Amino acid sequence: MLTRTIALLLAPLVAATLLPAPVTAQSGPLRITISEGVIEPLPFAVPMFQAETGGAEQIAADITRVVAQDLTGTGLFREIPASSFISTPASFASPVAYPDWRAINAQALITGAVAVNGNQLTVKFRLFDVFTGAELGEGLQFAGTTGGWRRMGHKVADAVYSRITGESGYFDSRVVFVSESGPKDNRARRLGIMDYDGENRQFLTDSNSLVLAPRFSPYGDRVLYTSYESGFPRISLLDVASVGRRQITTVEGEMAFSPRFSKDGSAVIYSVSTGGNTDIYRTDLGSGSHSRLTSAPSIETSPSLSPDGSRIVFESDRSGTQQLYVMSASGGEPQRISFGEGRYGSPVWSPRGDLIAFTKQNAGRFHIGVMRTDGSEERLLTSSFLDESPTWAPNGRVLMFTRETQGASGGPQIYSVDISGRNLKQVPTGGFASDPSWGPLQQ
Amino acid sequence: MNKYLTVSILVGALALSACTRPDRFGAGAGAGADGMGVGAGAGAGFDQAGVGQSGLGAGNPNSPEYFQQTIGDRVLFAVDQSTLSAEAMATLDGQAQWLQANSDYLAVIEGHADEQGTREYNVALGARRANAAREYLISRGVPANRLRTISYGKERPIATCSDPSCYAQNRRAVTVIAAGALS
Repeated sequence: MLTRTIALLLAPLVAATLLPAPVTAQSGPLRITISEGVIEPLPFAVPMFQAETGGAEQIAADITRVVAQDLTGTGLFREIPASSFISTPASFASPVAYPDWRAINAQALITGAVAVNGNQLTVKFRLFDVFTGAELGEGLQFAGTTGGWRRMGHKVADAVYSRITGESGYFDSRVVFVSESGPKDNRARRLGIMDYDGENRQFLTDSNSLVLAPRFSPYGDRVLYTSYESGFPRISLLDVASVGRRQITTVEGEMAFSPRFSKDGSAVIYSVSTGGNTDIYRTDLGSGSHSRLTSAPSIETSPSLSPDGSRIVFESDRSGTQQLYVMSASGGEPQRISFGEGRYGSPVWSPRGDLIAFTKQNAGRFHIGVMRTDGSEERLLTSSFLDESPTWAPNGRVLMFTRETQGASGGPQIYSVDISGRNLKQVPTGGFASDPSWGPLQQ
Repeated sequence: MNKYLTVSILVGALALSACTRPDRFGAGAGAGADGMGVGAGAGAGFDQAGVGQSGLGAGNPNSPEYFQQTIGDRVLFAVDQSTLSAEAMATLDGQAQWLQANSDYLAVIEGHADEQGTREYNVALGARRANAAREYLISRGVPANRLRTISYGKERPIATCSDPSCYAQNRRAVTVIAAGALS
């Protein structure tokens, strides 16, 4: 039996172990392929997780809900309600009564159990391919503190999702964003952080000064953002665990903004504006050494690194309108990759390396779109008065972005959509919110 | 008629002051950068600033109100543009003359954009607009070291109706003056 203990950079601690499989696991025909075609959501059943210790019933019920909501929320799965169940497992170890699940057309069955000892929580699950009549993959057990119950639900859902779709999951992740309040001509803004589903929202800064466009570090431990705290736009680095922050010393200039982490988190790439001209630079966070990546009289901003760190996509108006360009990460001759009607901006390179998402403006409308990294196969996923600033889920299959409504009473909200353009929905943030940055899958 | 005109200008000045963004320098409105202290806390309505000027209101050609109201503290831009129109240049000519006559003042030129653009590009565009105004003021004789620029991108609209008439008001460079001499 394989045992894995996964150390965490951030509380709460969650460790996973495999359970001994009673039968040989196989991957049957239980598979969803995420593609552009119309998908009939796969029906699944997740009977309430067993409470194996006294008093764990509520947390078991809550974790079950998280699993169900994560899967249903993808638009790829459909939950069969408990009221339809013919039978339910008597215990976690009970054999599965496959005919009872086939009869209600549950193609996937998830069983689980929860135990609480003091503040220690263990959650285990198994996944069954009902029509094949066999377990899919091996059971897993997660251990941690009770404070981490949501994360454990997300980890169960991530495992189920990845076994059935063949993609890695994205539910055990967090998003840093800007929480906005007040009237449109006097908005207060502060940095916030939340689980990907909008839960566990916390503030990271106060609202005393304007903050913009935060970006999560590759390991989810720090955030870069633009702050007007000093009176002028400067780049700040915030540590998520301690909420401590400091201003980054950038190349000299009137304004520094649009910061992003390098792939290993050791450097920052960003824009500096001097004398009305904006270019892209890189600064090593350890040594403080700077390098200049673009050198043009036009505006160059909004950089994004490829996952292997070798290339940068950015926004430039050197052609007269805002377009997307790709260049080597050390600078050099950029190649334009956007050629459609309208203006392109805020490009972000998928963590899978295969696509670049962007904001497009055309004929008075805004769109979130994706294209291949050479600019081909451009597809627009959304359309509204103002959609902008996409950010990728860790598995490169879902995007979040800002959607703002018009007029004095209008305001921004965070939405998500998958890369086929399906499943557009708002992320609940309890008020106006913008500029999401989706962090990595947590260990 | 002149009396009513003066009154309406004063009323207009107060109304405009209410819209002025107070925290160009972050905490401590109107202050912050070395050598640029201002007495009044709100940054708007410099009546208490008292830098050797007497009288109040836009009647005094050396007053900030006069600068804001009669000279005009802002210039507007076309969509996506940072070029100065003839009207903009005329306004900036007046600003340059005032700044040369009132060398006790420094200025921060704020550049802004309308909401029809991505957030970070608009910060850069606002910077370009602020710089265009600054360069012009320098060309008209204002010493460069009395002028700084800042961009708020699309983050500080003054008109919120989301149609061209409001967008036009937001595409602006505002010259914000503050008392403070260079040493």
